[in-house]
Amino acid sequence: MNTKNIIFYVALLVLTAIAPFLFPDFRTQLATLWLMIVVAMTWDMTGGQMGYNSLGNILFYGTGMYVAAVISIGMVHDVGAYTDAGRLELMTFTERQYFVGAIVGIIGAGLFCSVTAIVVGYVTFGLRGPYFAIGTLGVAIAAGELVSNWGWIGGGQGISLPVYPGNFDVGKLFFYYLFAGTGVVLFMFLKWLYSTRFGAAINAIRDDEEKAEAMGIHTMRYKLTTWAMAAFFVGIVGGISGFQLIHFEPLETAYQTTNLGIFMVVCVLLGGKGTLWGPVIGAILFHFIKEVTWNYFLGWQWVALGALIVVTVVYFQDGVMGWLAHRKPQSPRL
Amino acid sequence: MDQILGNLSLLFEFPVVNVKIILDGVMIGALFALAAYGLALVWGVMNVKNLAQGDFVITGGYVAWWLSGQGLPPLLGVPIAFVVLWGIGWVIYKLVISRVIERDLFTSLLATFGLAIMIAQLLNLMFGSDTQSIQLKYDTLYFFDGFVDVPIAKLIGVLMAISLAAAVIIFMKTSRMGQAIRATAQDARAARVLGIDTDKVYAFTFSLNSAICGAAGAIIVMVWVIQPFYGISYSIRAFVIVTAAGLGNLPGVIAAGLGIGVAEQYGAHIFGIGYQQAVAVLLLLLVLMIRMLQQRRMRQSLK
Repeated sequence: MNTKNIIFYVALLVLTAIAPFLFPDFRTQLATLWLMIVVAMTWDMTGGQMGYNSLGNILFYGTGMYVAAVISIGMVHDVGAYTDAGRLELMTFTERQYFVGAIVGIIGAGLFCSVTAIVVGYVTFGLRGPYFAIGTLGVAIAAGELVSNWGWIGGGQGISLPVYPGNFDVGKLFFYYLFAGTGVVLFMFLKWLYSTRFGAAINAIRDDEEKAEAMGIHTMRYKLTTWAMAAFFVGIVGGISGFQLIHFEPLETAYQTTNLGIFMVVCVLLGGKGTLWGPVIGAILFHFIKEVTWNYFLGWQWVALGALIVVTVVYFQDGVMGWLAHRKPQSPRL
Repeated sequence: MDQILGNLSLLFEFPVVNVKIILDGVMIGALFALAAYGLALVWGVMNVKNLAQGDFVITGGYVAWWLSGQGLPPLLGVPIAFVVLWGIGWVIYKLVISRVIERDLFTSLLATFGLAIMIAQLLNLMFGSDTQSIQLKYDTLYFFDGFVDVPIAKLIGVLMAISLAAAVIIFMKTSRMGQAIRATAQDARAARVLGIDTDKVYAFTFSLNSAICGAAGAIIVMVWVIQPFYGISYSIRAFVIVTAAGLGNLPGVIAAGLGIGVAEQYGAHIFGIGYQQAVAVLLLLLVLMIRMLQQRRMRQSLK
């Protein structure tokens, strides 16, 4: 890394840190932007770098949300009694209970999702191409349906978490820095990971899995490890989202297969598959377009987003990074 | 848990319940098979995996529902939905599908997923998110001392589904276009060399598929209910059926369609109606896993 790069990264880091103060009205949107960046980067780990296009990564988002909530509630109350309607007196948490529960719950969510990824991956990674996409989509939908029938964790009604103790604006900052911190850690981790032998191995799986196996790469182990790492981060942001949203229910917020589950794929395609910066750029672009359509096409925003998906997939699949590489083949890649 | 066991024992204490469940399952399974046949057609001929399949079904349902609201006889909605969805399918082919045929498989999957979201949201904007159905004024037949009820409307729906399927099969076997479609499915390049306009064949196949789905939806709205966001579950079922049966295996598609219909009804009876969707999805995973194990065995035999 030369001096120019270091200055660039430090400037970005400073911008990340002061962004909520530069745009105090957009703190929640900025937090959501980081959420999009994280899920896009994790999708690219398997989709772009390893060639396994999952449509079901939302599974870890929803699972993370529920695991974090159940852990943080379970540390204080009985979960079944808590989710029963009309027990509002149980909703009180002390400040200490809230923060300890949140931190333990979010980390627990990440670990739980890693284990889930290994179990689910052991079954689904035998599937190739579109069957893998359909299979993972099936797992995510099934998980949502099962959770919405599970009374102990609230069933179709969902779970309500305690509100952030203290000032409302400080709460927004708290969640922004949680999301942004996860995003920065993930970015640095991936920048390192893609430069190691591990990165080369998963790229080999993408380019030709049979040959990679013949070269002595234990493909199943690499596939499971990659997905488990991706699931860890998705689980963490899922857990954070649960606390940020306060109330969530299974089908529309937690296991939102047709919303966030597909948006993360579109972010990656928009930015450029299989690159470090592609998912970041794509997520920023997508989030910007999404907010604009929300403001100017009220009522039609979902149709506009569906159209954006189709247009991106059909006409602009190489994304921004692919377009840049095509325009300036000689320029150094970031 | 007690309730599940209770539901199970009910099946053995009153065998008539089984008759009702199987009849219901077969009747809805016939419509699943129809949508799955269209999916297998598009998949086999142009190698496009259409995740908007279920949304075509629902759109057809809304066309028929809207027409009956205008005072038209409900049965007329089926052919009109067929024609309208033919047009919609053709437009979608020209705008989107024709550009993803040559691309990798994930592209078509994702593009049609985007279409599915668009169609569902458009329906939601136009008709609202309530469940809708057409009430037919026909009697209900009772068997086994009233334990098994078969509304005549359902019977008519199934008969229409069967005759539509028969018409499509005869068309595919005998007509010039049907032969061209089958030739393209076997080898698109050879078909092109022999003077078949494959682009026309693709457009025709996709329109035919969406028209079949539309007619199926128009039947569904007469016997069950539709809602803008029900599409994805029909798509999933179509995928289960085609994955289980394989492409170009018509008896397999019919058997798998009826099978998933019956399995879902049993799942709903044993675990409760809330699990009906989950049963369909879990069946998909089961089928995929069985296929995977079969393929793994085949790969190992090559070593």
